[in-house]
Amino acid sequence: MTLKANLTKLAIASAITACFLTAPLTAFSATHPVTGEELAKEQTYTYRLLDGIPTLDPQLNEDVEGSVVSRDLFEGLLNEDAEGKLIPGVALSYEASEGNTVYTFKLRKSNWSNGDPVTANDFVYAWRRAIDPKTASPYKWYMEIMGIKNVKAVGKGEMKPEELGVEAVDDYTLKVTLENALPYFASMTTHTTTFPTHQATIEKHGDKWTRPENMVSNGAYKLTEWVLKERSVRERNTKYWNNDATIIDKVVALVINDENVALTRYKAGELDKTEVPAGQYPALKKSNPDEAFSFPRLCNYYYTFNMSDSDMAPKAFKDVRVRKALSYAVDRNVIINNVLKGGQYPAYTFTPEATAGFSVPNVEYASWTQAERDAKAVELLAEAGYGKDNPLEFNMLYNSSEAHKKVATVLSQMWKQKLGVRAVMANQEWKTFLETRSKQNFELARGAWCGDYNEASTFLDLLTKAHGNNDGKFSNADFNKLMADAKTSADPNKNYTKVEQILADEMPVIPLYHYTGVLMLKPNFKGWPFKNVQQTMYSRNFYKTAK
Amino acid sequence: MLFGKQILSAVADNAAIKGRSQWQDSLGRFKRNKAALVSLFILLLMIAVAFISPYFAVWDYETIDWGLLGNAATQGAPQIENGHYFGVDDLGRDIFARTMQGTQISLMVGLVGTIVAVLVGVTFGATAGYIGGRIDNIMMRFVDILISIPYMFILIILFVMFGRSIYILFIGLGLFSWMEMARIVRGQTLALKHKEFVEAAVASGVSDAKIILRHIIPNLLGIVVVYTSLLVPQLILLESFISFLGLGIQEPLTSWGALISDGAATMQYGTLWQIGFPLGFFIVGLFCFFFIGDGLRDAFDPKDR
Amino acid sequence: MFSFIVRRLLSAIPTLLILIIISFALMRMAPGNPFTAEQMPPPEVIANLEAKYGLDQPWPVQLWRYLEGIIFHFDFGPSFKYKDQTVNDIIAQGFPVTLTYGIWAFIVAVGVGLSLGITAAVKQNTVFDYFAVGISIGAQVLPNFVMAPILVLIFTLWLEWLPGGGWNGGQWQYVIMPVIALSTSFMASIARIARSSMLEVLNSNFIRTAKAKGLPMRNIIFRHALKPALLPVISYLGPTFVTMITGSVIVDMYFSTGGMGQFFVDAALNRDYSLLMGVTIVMGVMTILFNAVVDILYAWLDPKIRL
Repeated sequence: MTLKANLTKLAIASAITACFLTAPLTAFSATHPVTGEELAKEQTYTYRLLDGIPTLDPQLNEDVEGSVVSRDLFEGLLNEDAEGKLIPGVALSYEASEGNTVYTFKLRKSNWSNGDPVTANDFVYAWRRAIDPKTASPYKWYMEIMGIKNVKAVGKGEMKPEELGVEAVDDYTLKVTLENALPYFASMTTHTTTFPTHQATIEKHGDKWTRPENMVSNGAYKLTEWVLKERSVRERNTKYWNNDATIIDKVVALVINDENVALTRYKAGELDKTEVPAGQYPALKKSNPDEAFSFPRLCNYYYTFNMSDSDMAPKAFKDVRVRKALSYAVDRNVIINNVLKGGQYPAYTFTPEATAGFSVPNVEYASWTQAERDAKAVELLAEAGYGKDNPLEFNMLYNSSEAHKKVATVLSQMWKQKLGVRAVMANQEWKTFLETRSKQNFELARGAWCGDYNEASTFLDLLTKAHGNNDGKFSNADFNKLMADAKTSADPNKNYTKVEQILADEMPVIPLYHYTGVLMLKPNFKGWPFKNVQQTMYSRNFYKTAK
Repeated sequence: MLFGKQILSAVADNAAIKGRSQWQDSLGRFKRNKAALVSLFILLLMIAVAFISPYFAVWDYETIDWGLLGNAATQGAPQIENGHYFGVDDLGRDIFARTMQGTQISLMVGLVGTIVAVLVGVTFGATAGYIGGRIDNIMMRFVDILISIPYMFILIILFVMFGRSIYILFIGLGLFSWMEMARIVRGQTLALKHKEFVEAAVASGVSDAKIILRHIIPNLLGIVVVYTSLLVPQLILLESFISFLGLGIQEPLTSWGALISDGAATMQYGTLWQIGFPLGFFIVGLFCFFFIGDGLRDAFDPKDR
Repeated sequence: MFSFIVRRLLSAIPTLLILIIISFALMRMAPGNPFTAEQMPPPEVIANLEAKYGLDQPWPVQLWRYLEGIIFHFDFGPSFKYKDQTVNDIIAQGFPVTLTYGIWAFIVAVGVGLSLGITAAVKQNTVFDYFAVGISIGAQVLPNFVMAPILVLIFTLWLEWLPGGGWNGGQWQYVIMPVIALSTSFMASIARIARSSMLEVLNSNFIRTAKAKGLPMRNIIFRHALKPALLPVISYLGPTFVTMITGSVIVDMYFSTGGMGQFFVDAALNRDYSLLMGVTIVMGVMTILFNAVVDILYAWLDPKIRL
């Protein structure tokens, strides 16, 4: 053979060999850019929803699960990282000026899923829409506590929308003016209500703009399928500005009402994540130690006394000794360790320890032993005139759920055995329960509150006189004043400590425990933000390793 | 003559022989049905045990055994020493006591609700079927409407207006079950109406009400009784569904349905006694109702087999 | 017969109207309104929402607007809870699901139930009879909220034959378990009613005559006994179908099929008035249609019944 022919053969042979060598590399390509773990071929994340999501419109959303989906489909000014700290979203940076009353956000250049640029005007449109009476957003009150200038007046229609303190200085600069100084304002922009929405799409399609075929969004994913009570599917949005960093291609959410069935299906491999049914965590931790997780969450669980002037409010509850006795007699550790078993934290204060910047004050009864608390409870109750011969009787109301039923049963038994109290349990389904509670038609009712932003006032404000959800109508002048002052104070923690002390002295509510998130996660599914107490997660941060 | 006197006295004695009514006939037939008798006995035994044993049990139905709270899977199995003959539930409450209490409630719900449903349904259906024509049409349309109304909603309203009481539950359940009975009864009445003996009664001038009461209804009893024995378990299940939604029996009271539904939820965690015992009582109870129903049907069936 | 059908259908209309009015009234009487939420919207928002959905109008006006919407535009209005969807959308999604597994469950329940019941009656007191009766009681005695998780445990976790739930457009693997869970107890009831009514018929005089005449058993059953025996079964079937639809709530909950039973319960709990009305009307129409069919079957089966 000629030299040319040999060389040609050699060249072809090398080329073919090179193909074989590089082909597998390009086909898989994947290791995680930060951790270096090898990634699985298929990057689909499937999880469980308790119920169908009511709406995908960010300004109409009031639902935790709806927020999860919204954060994938849309992106706001700022995001949270895995520990809950603020990181850039659509806004590259921000600046607070004039004593925290003006915030200026500089936006990056990014696009909607249909190619239109995302500008400051989209935010202005969205925020005005959120408070527009015609939109009737159930989260309008959130925009109000953000304290934007004129928000209440514009919201009532008394002023024109242009008067709202938010302005697009130019396409990529957003300026927000507040009524009063708010140091933590920026952290409030991670919330769904403030996400931008595409004006042209909404005007064109009206209520149907959230259909998969109509929706225009600016997040890491776009909606591809939505069957109301069965499933929803979202897939990678290649036009997202940070699309290269997104690893999960497809997110599938399946509606499964019963948590035990969900667990069965998780075990069968149909789900990557599900919630652990109450009480099952220790057993699951033993059998699947690398799948069961428990971590703090920004929510509390309590029972509130009806201290209003309504006829339903029992006279006994006006006596602080009765309230304290009932609270002392509760063995919180039994509830946490024997009933819930999810690693929850016993609560002697209203605000969870996990709240950013909050230091838990030392309330006295937290440091006693349970035996001491029980003894004090019997003593206080006797002083108030109740005992086995004059038993204290009242109704305790909770909303229908297995877990709440268990807690309520245990509480009523504790009170019965230690204090001779007859606590009659009553459960109502959610809507009826809310209605009953909001009208003060109860004696003792269950409550729980999850923080809307990561600062203690999101909890403590609940017990101020004016708050719409202060169903027990607790009103203490010192408490109200301290909370009002905290908004402008340099060190609000001093006020919060004093305020929690008032709560321990007056006991308008019986704090029971602070939530933990208790989840099952498949071992190859990674990226869950365990340290983020508000559980603000984004699917683009998840990934699946190749076993 | 002496002989004549003896005959006379013998005849005089025999004159005291009573005639046998249809009901006595039926009772006799029922007594001969062994399965039915055994079932009746078991059912009565169950009732007795359910209502009496709480006085002798170690635990009552609501007290939590703190040592076992949360440890049902590991320590909560049935045992004699700690008095938990049927084991404990996830909250450490005695399943034996709770099963007894649940049996009381379920049986009462079943029986009372069924009685209400039968009384209303049979009267309504027989009347409609017998009268026929326009009135029948109207009455049946009324039944149609009632069947289509979302009953749960009405229960919510009833519970709110009158507070949650067991009686509302009984009445509410009964009021939502009579419609099917009415339909079936009306259907059967339509068929019976044209039978010869009814035509004969009409021809001899018996009043409508009497015909319905004395001729139609007794002949309906066969199918009514079978349907009734289908209705009792249905009501018990309906009650458990309602409790499932948070509307029915209020804690700490319980019923078979509530116990079974709680037990079913924990099946996969190995605590099978939590569903086993209540389900067992439920099944036995239903079997009894079935055999009794069958026995009653055979007893009332005019034709011998 | 034709005129009867027409009359029957016409009489359905006033029934439907009354149904709508009664449901409407009851719904407004129950406490709670659609906008009650944990974080109560301020009064202006509630006022807005009520204005948006027309709830601030007096009752008769609301009722009229609603009826008008249905009759002239076939529009059931927007859902209060699922804000992006109208009731039409929701029903369009849920109804086919429920109808599919409902019809299959119905066919299975009737088919198996009838066969079991009739055969048991014919072979009374034999092993088959006891077996059939035993099965039917056994099936009836397992409530479907026990059966559903058991089915999932067996078929999804242990055997891994079937997916644990969902609907996925109605592929057969997703339909099987809902059908089993739903049909079992009805099959049992149908079997028992069929058996007892067949027994009654078999003991009647005209059958005795037929037997005496020496007709073969098969002939007797299919040509003479079947029709009258079916009467009680037929009257049981009408309401059964609708009960199955409502009872499908548990099936929907456990298998996440997205069917109407669950929307029904949900709508009641959420006071989603328009959705509840929509579902009620659909159910009402089905009941009425089915009862009409039942009545027609009656007339065909027993010529002596003059309607």
